[in-house]
Amino acid sequence: MERIGTFICTGCGIGEALDVEALAGVARELQCATCTTHPALCSPEGVALVREAVAAGTIDGALLVACSPRAKMAEFTFDADKVAVERVAVREQVVWSHPPKDEDTQMLAEDLLRMGHTRLAKTQFPKPFAETIERTVLVVGGGLAGMEAARAAAALGHPVVVVEATSALGGALAASRDALPEAPPFDSLHPNRIRDLVEEVSHHPAIRVVTNARLTRIAGQPGQFSVDVQTDTGAESFTVGAIVQATGARPYDAGKLAHLGYGQHPDVITSQQLEAMLASGTLRRPSDGQLPSRIAFVQCAGSRDPEHLPYCSAECCGTTLRQVAAIHRDFPSVETAVVYRDMRTPGQLERFYAAVQNHPKSFFTRGEVAAVGGNGRLSLTLKDSLLGNNVALEADLVVLAVGMVPNAADGEAIRALHDAQRRAQTGESETQREEARKLAEKLAAHEGTEILNLVYRQGPDLPALKYGFPDSHFICFPYETRRTGIYAAGAVHAPMDAAQAAEDGWGAAMKAVQCIEAISRGEAVHPRSGDRGIPDFFLQRCTQCKRCTEECPFGTLNEDEKGTPQLNPLRCRRCGICMGACPERIISFPDYSVDAVASMIKAMSVPEEFEEKPRILALMCENDALPALDAAALARKPWNPWVRVIPIRCLGSTNIVWIAEALSRGIDGVILIGCKYGDDYQCHYVRGSELAHTRLSNVQETLTRLALEPERIRVVELAHDEFDRIPQLFDEFASTLEELGPNPLKGF
Amino acid sequence: MSEPKPRPMLVIGAGIAGITAALEAAEAGREVVLVEREASVGGRVLRTHHYFPKLCPPSCGMEINTRRLERNPRITVLTATTVAGANRTTGGWSVTLNHAPAYVNSRCTACGECQAVCPAKVADPFNLGMCQVPAIRLPHPNAWPKRFVLDRSACPADCRACVDACRYGAIDLAATPTTSTLEVSAIVVATGWQPYPLDKLPELGGGVLSDVISNVQMERLAAASGPTGGKILRPSDGKAPTRVAFVQCAGSRDVNHLPYCSGVCCLASLKQAMYVKEQLPEAEVTIYYIDRRTPGRNEDFLLKAAGMAGVRLVKGKVGKVVQGENSQLALTVEDAEAGQLLHDRADLVVLATGMMPNLATIPLPLELCRDTDAFVLDDSKGRIFAAGVARRPEDVAATVRDATGAAAKALAAGRGV
Repeated sequence: MERIGTFICTGCGIGEALDVEALAGVARELQCATCTTHPALCSPEGVALVREAVAAGTIDGALLVACSPRAKMAEFTFDADKVAVERVAVREQVVWSHPPKDEDTQMLAEDLLRMGHTRLAKTQFPKPFAETIERTVLVVGGGLAGMEAARAAAALGHPVVVVEATSALGGALAASRDALPEAPPFDSLHPNRIRDLVEEVSHHPAIRVVTNARLTRIAGQPGQFSVDVQTDTGAESFTVGAIVQATGARPYDAGKLAHLGYGQHPDVITSQQLEAMLASGTLRRPSDGQLPSRIAFVQCAGSRDPEHLPYCSAECCGTTLRQVAAIHRDFPSVETAVVYRDMRTPGQLERFYAAVQNHPKSFFTRGEVAAVGGNGRLSLTLKDSLLGNNVALEADLVVLAVGMVPNAADGEAIRALHDAQRRAQTGESETQREEARKLAEKLAAHEGTEILNLVYRQGPDLPALKYGFPDSHFICFPYETRRTGIYAAGAVHAPMDAAQAAEDGWGAAMKAVQCIEAISRGEAVHPRSGDRGIPDFFLQRCTQCKRCTEECPFGTLNEDEKGTPQLNPLRCRRCGICMGACPERIISFPDYSVDAVASMIKAMSVPEEFEEKPRILALMCENDALPALDAAALARKPWNPWVRVIPIRCLGSTNIVWIAEALSRGIDGVILIGCKYGDDYQCHYVRGSELAHTRLSNVQETLTRLALEPERIRVVELAHDEFDRIPQLFDEFASTLEELGPNPLKGF
Repeated sequence: MSEPKPRPMLVIGAGIAGITAALEAAEAGREVVLVEREASVGGRVLRTHHYFPKLCPPSCGMEINTRRLERNPRITVLTATTVAGANRTTGGWSVTLNHAPAYVNSRCTACGECQAVCPAKVADPFNLGMCQVPAIRLPHPNAWPKRFVLDRSACPADCRACVDACRYGAIDLAATPTTSTLEVSAIVVATGWQPYPLDKLPELGGGVLSDVISNVQMERLAAASGPTGGKILRPSDGKAPTRVAFVQCAGSRDVNHLPYCSGVCCLASLKQAMYVKEQLPEAEVTIYYIDRRTPGRNEDFLLKAAGMAGVRLVKGKVGKVVQGENSQLALTVEDAEAGQLLHDRADLVVLATGMMPNLATIPLPLELCRDTDAFVLDDSKGRIFAAGVARRPEDVAATVRDATGAAAKALAAGRGV
């Protein structure tokens, strides 16, 4: 920005704590277009001052020296095409957290003003965006979740293509007669309405269904995915804007459950086999074709078991109850016994469980099935049951309620496998080739598992989190997969029952439609919804190091043969992790760049006399650490006056040149505060804080080589609610630096 | 002539379900009005210390959500607002809204000078009445909008201390309620839940014994913004407990109370057992359960909690909690497996009470399809859709999925209007 107006608020104690005239003097030295003070800048009168300056064209940048960017945002939002806004949080970071009328406090405020001014001077307006966006939604999988997603997207006004691997729509529940109750009084079976759904989707004017189809290639980016499909009659290609993956789940391989008698006794079957019998209206023991007099159901067959599926499939208890109720209705003479570890019937399913339990032919017991044996009539040995330990339960037919395995592929693992296979051939040394061969063996199960066949540098499918389910912030933002514009729905998304899968189809369709609409407006999707800035790559200086293409958590970048990144801006989530990764510093956003932050660091005043005025740079994640800092200020918790805070988009956007800049300027230490990482990561960009930790530990090694103490850099994980830790973090770091003494580069 | 502006979708309730439904629709380019009866958004999740299974603070996701709310020009958020009435129209609904008096208006900067001079104290609704706060205050540290609220009923006669202290003209003690009307295309009901009342469980000591608390109170005890600054202490004597008992299905799966399963209490108790062990590593924790309901990948969380030293899970239904000796509580437990009664003692008993829909006790003047427990069923013809716990008891992850789908259903029903 070229014409910056500085507006200093003197409300909320700012005027009393600071020498505002001196602060305004700093702004004037920086050659601002205007510099104004106001007793309550957020009041309608104060806001009008800014608005008038924008309308008059006097300014194109507004430097608001007042409260945190997290306060009064509605008041301080102006026409983004005419003015860029930078907030200098003197209220929270100076006045509420430091003693008034103090030299250090004043220096802090003046530094923050200089730094904010620098950032604003380096900010550019986003470039106008014009791309052709396809509105069609691709739904992969024509089961319950996929059909509901197709209906939903069509109902929202978007054309839909459903690609189904088998010859017909319907999926796993196509043949079932009954469904669990979804309406009061929740005590009896409802008809399965999936056939109506198949009819509706098959004949919907906005939905095209391609059966017997396999995705051979999906290239491009949201709004512009080009899709190649192979069917038994030929190949076809089309363009879609967003994708819902509803590939469902398959039963766990019962062949691995010999300890429960499967494959050992013909009368031990799976719930899917029973489902087929019930659908056809027959109930016969496979061994002799007779109607069984008692059927035993074994819950958690291969589920909640570290040897098989460690998780709970969340639908098998409901399925068993549905089958038991159908048996009691259709075959009144048959007794049922259900052996469970914990019956899991959340919500109103509890009422159905109670109703089924109350049936005179129905019996439930907790227990673990230790063995299934016997000739003719089967005998189940139950451990730890309500009936006692090591008791026998006789049955003519045993039904294993096997868990569900998502029909998913782990894109990153497939990529790692292919890389390892390549290295096993072309590795430079025998050791390297041997290591690669071992890795490839370990990953061999991923061979040929591709589903989406994405042309993405990081792999052909969604990255998995655990047990094959796709990675996402599964609590707060469960649809946000790591591939923009691709959303999972149904049993491939997370373990869930039919009712949830149907709803999940609507949710995923909402996200797919939203993605198309947002990128049509030139805006980013979650979590920086509405951001119109697109990263710029100055490729003439690229050294093909591939760090950006490897580290982007969202797979935004592809590579050409040489390893030069190929930007797909519509995949980008604007976290800046590529910018942090780039050793050549060639990646920047219009309003966030390596140069802008480095210049802010240059704008800090660094007194030469350490004993009086050491300096600490704090790079803080704006999503979690900065709000915690605001909360500490709100609680009027004082912190160390040597600290200068620069909010950053994500710790992963930290470029090590910032550290180098800070240390070479004589700043005594740099503290980086970001989100928690690991299995239960809290980073909104998934890997940002983890990458920052890795990069920074490398920097610490470099420091040691340069005879600088590695303790001058500290990386800290802080959660959003840990505001009470902040003063202590700063104080501890400051005392470490005091022990180390001044940065030897100070004054050079 | 420009086309008439499409009617907005109305979302009632700005907890995690309502916020999600509103945001997902607005980010898809649709106009949305989000109304909330409290003064700030966030509902129950912000009163939760940490989410299972990640043990992460709900304010972290809410930070992103409030930023999305703030930046989206297509969402209008009306706090301190309730629905007074609604009439069907050809294109949807005509809704009347009641706005509570704005004793503190948008000029408030949250500077805190009013609070410093306020002479009146009230039970803190954010902390479930577990502590006292000034009558004028910020509802909680992450309140959005970041604006003070005044409990006018607590003001001493003729007191104008806050008005005199405010430099911004943000306080108007004579403010009156207002009403407005709104034409909307469809409605998402996201009115949320309330904990099943403790005092309906006197046999378990609920409402009778001060060291018998509910799971939602435990969340506040563990939170830094809570009444004890995040320390788990017994209400009776302020001491740290050495034996803590969790009573599962307290008033749930019970025809005399809530017949259904709330689906979250097992996970909540396992999580709270971790809070206890983190702060008080020597404490003995017992969880009495009927079934351990930790579906999906939450199985890992069950194993993690159950594997902690000093944490026991016992299958059994707690029938009675009374005051015992040495200021401890005495529990009587039916052990179904052994077919006998067990006796246990604890310093602190946490009743894992279930979720009751707010609509069970708070009327909403809207023609709704509801089940016998006051959970709302979708009504496509009526263009009313439910999201979150207004629809069925469920956890936050399921609520967010559900609310995203509800937004799609409401938009689809309201299209072309």
